[in-house]
Amino acid sequence: MRLKVWRYASPPAFYRLAGKLVPWFLALAAMLAAAGLYIGLFVAPTDFQQGESYRIIFIHVPAAWMSMFIYVVMAFWCAMGLVFNTRLSFMMALALAPTGAMFTFIALWSGALWGKPTWGTWWVWDARLTSELILLFLYIGFLSLHAAIDDARRADRAAALLALVGVINVPIIYFSVQWWSTLHQGASVSLARAPTMAATMLVGMLIMSLAAWMYAIGASLMRVRTIILERESNADWVREQEAAL
Amino acid sequence: MSWGSPQAFFAMGGYALYVWGSYAVAAACILVELWLLRRRRRTLARALSRRNEDRGLDHAPRQT
Repeated sequence: MRLKVWRYASPPAFYRLAGKLVPWFLALAAMLAAAGLYIGLFVAPTDFQQGESYRIIFIHVPAAWMSMFIYVVMAFWCAMGLVFNTRLSFMMALALAPTGAMFTFIALWSGALWGKPTWGTWWVWDARLTSELILLFLYIGFLSLHAAIDDARRADRAAALLALVGVINVPIIYFSVQWWSTLHQGASVSLARAPTMAATMLVGMLIMSLAAWMYAIGASLMRVRTIILERESNADWVREQEAAL
Repeated sequence: MSWGSPQAFFAMGGYALYVWGSYAVAAACILVELWLLRRRRRTLARALSRRNEDRGLDHAPRQT
């Protein structure tokens, strides 16, 4: 079993495995999104305080969760790459960053559109919003730093260090609503107590989060396959693979 | 939740701009990302096949 897992640390083996997995993850994402949107838009009741504006939650919360989660996974692969010097780990990190940045942008955008009708403002410089904006800059910084260094191996290591330093921002985002007084509401969902929302709202939100999760995996695997080919374009196995591109 | 009419659904209780603005931009982001992923892969495929032609390799990958 151990041997089998490590086999996929080799780019050719992982390339083929990822190719088989991508359609499954994207299909799962589409089905979950269809179910989640149906529950979110047609089954979940109107909120007694916010009216229909709360339906932004089905976009906002999954995107915000994914923006933090993808960053942690990205930092994990960076750490693996630095410790074990495995080039595939760095490629995984590089493949995750654009999708993470996209979810961060969606979280900020939908947050602004939710803030306007509920708080009366698109944006405030409070802890939660500012730290989430820093997360977007961290993703962009990671990608820019990587792109600015010509030698791929050096770029991997430099960007990985940046990603690892930046991971401190993730708990700051998560706990910001407890640590500082902020316009942003506290967590509606926590492992420690019962959720403070209607069951159908919660189910819709969780299904949309699963959809976002599956999409993130599918999109990152698509990207990592291209990155593998770009990086290993001189290897024999890539030439054999080209017929199937 | 049962919406009385399609109009009521699209009006979102007066929050149409905010709700649909969020959903539309999220959908657009995902579509653009998928398009960029496809484009990056195609560009690479073309570059690799050109290189192989230069080297006189016989197979030219199909353009998908």
